[in-house]
Amino acid sequence: MPDLGLDVLLKGQNMVRLLGGLGVALRISLLSVLISLPLGILIGVVMTWKNPVTKVIFRIYLEFIRIMPQMVLLFLVYFGTTRAFGWDLSGETASIIVFSLWGTAEMSDLVRGALISIPKHQYESGAALALGKAQIYFYIIIPQALRRLIPLSINLITRMIKTTSLILMIGVVEVLKVAQQMIEANRMSSPNAAFGIYLVVFLLYFIACWPISLLAKYLEKKWR
Amino acid sequence: MNWEFIMESLPLYQKAAWLTVKIGFVGVAISILIGLLCAAVQYYRVPVLRRMVAVYIELSRNTPLLIQLFFIYYGLPKIGIQTDAAHCGIAGLAFLGGSYMAEAFRSGLEAIEPVQLESALSLGMNQYQAMRHVILPQAVSISIPAFMANVIFLLKETSVFSAISLMDLMFTAKDLIGVYYKTTESLFLLVVFYLMILLPVSILGSLLERRLRYAGFGA
Repeated sequence: MPDLGLDVLLKGQNMVRLLGGLGVALRISLLSVLISLPLGILIGVVMTWKNPVTKVIFRIYLEFIRIMPQMVLLFLVYFGTTRAFGWDLSGETASIIVFSLWGTAEMSDLVRGALISIPKHQYESGAALALGKAQIYFYIIIPQALRRLIPLSINLITRMIKTTSLILMIGVVEVLKVAQQMIEANRMSSPNAAFGIYLVVFLLYFIACWPISLLAKYLEKKWR
Repeated sequence: MNWEFIMESLPLYQKAAWLTVKIGFVGVAISILIGLLCAAVQYYRVPVLRRMVAVYIELSRNTPLLIQLFFIYYGLPKIGIQTDAAHCGIAGLAFLGGSYMAEAFRSGLEAIEPVQLESALSLGMNQYQAMRHVILPQAVSISIPAFMANVIFLLKETSVFSAISLMDLMFTAKDLIGVYYKTTESLFLLVVFYLMILLPVSILGSLLERRLRYAGFGA
């Protein structure tokens, strides 16, 4: 059995460093989710309005963000805006900006979808029972929309975590970068470390995302 | 904006775009095949295989493509499985896309109530006829929106191929920024070329979706 690099992980602080790298990725995704959720809800509600101006503006924003690969967005912010406006962005700030923009777009679309999926007769029945507009939203629309929305937004968290793996490309030191450094550092003593270490990184991401996906799936079934 | 530079680097981008498109479509095509197979295994509840497919789907859906690619490209050669970058890219895309396609097809098949199959059988159709004339036409129209979303998602994911030094659009842009320091122009071309690839697919998707909405039964 050739040496596949698992011993490299057990050397010194290596496993802790790797987990620290995962921590960076998770922190960036969590921050971006926290920014995206309220903004996405706000824009999603605005997009159900019949105002043509807001509709066009947010439509363009949404379509552009969703059609561009996240990697392109990262490059646009990290290299493009720093060049164009002359400011200085760290890789971490740039990635939080990009993932918040992207998360807000995705979230607003989910919110809009959940709101327009409530049939019109629900509003009308509420009005027929003499409920006020606020009451209709509070007691009828929002509880139903939330049931559709929550599993989908939990899924958005796993997508966010998976997407943060891209920040390696703009030079943020996260789990994959740490893995690369370890493989380089132990090139002589264990030349085959790449297999074991990348496998562990793969499994780390899986362990981070799987429970969240399961929760989303469970809630989706329960609330159907 | 330096238009001369843009005109000069156009051929580079063209070449890169072709590579992106080629690998993207081959990857998507293989994904569809894997997806169909997995969906069939789950729909007919094939023993043993069904568990394996479930494990594959969870593994592939809960890890990022970049990590999958790194494992295939840098990890697997250490145990003797050597691939060049292009094949590695296709393999990674197919590994990721297979599970997404499987979920899209499966949700379409599962949306058809069992009573439809039972009714078809009681009308004297055999399994094949029931599948061909009753289940599939409905299942396909239900799957299409998720399917098209997956195609766009997979084409977008090709942007990480630059990490395994495939000369795709992303790689070209990064290269030009590094060598000539023409950031604005390089990024402008990058966006334009991605739009040229992705916009038609996105428009086709919304057209198909509108068309297929009529196919639903009683909806």
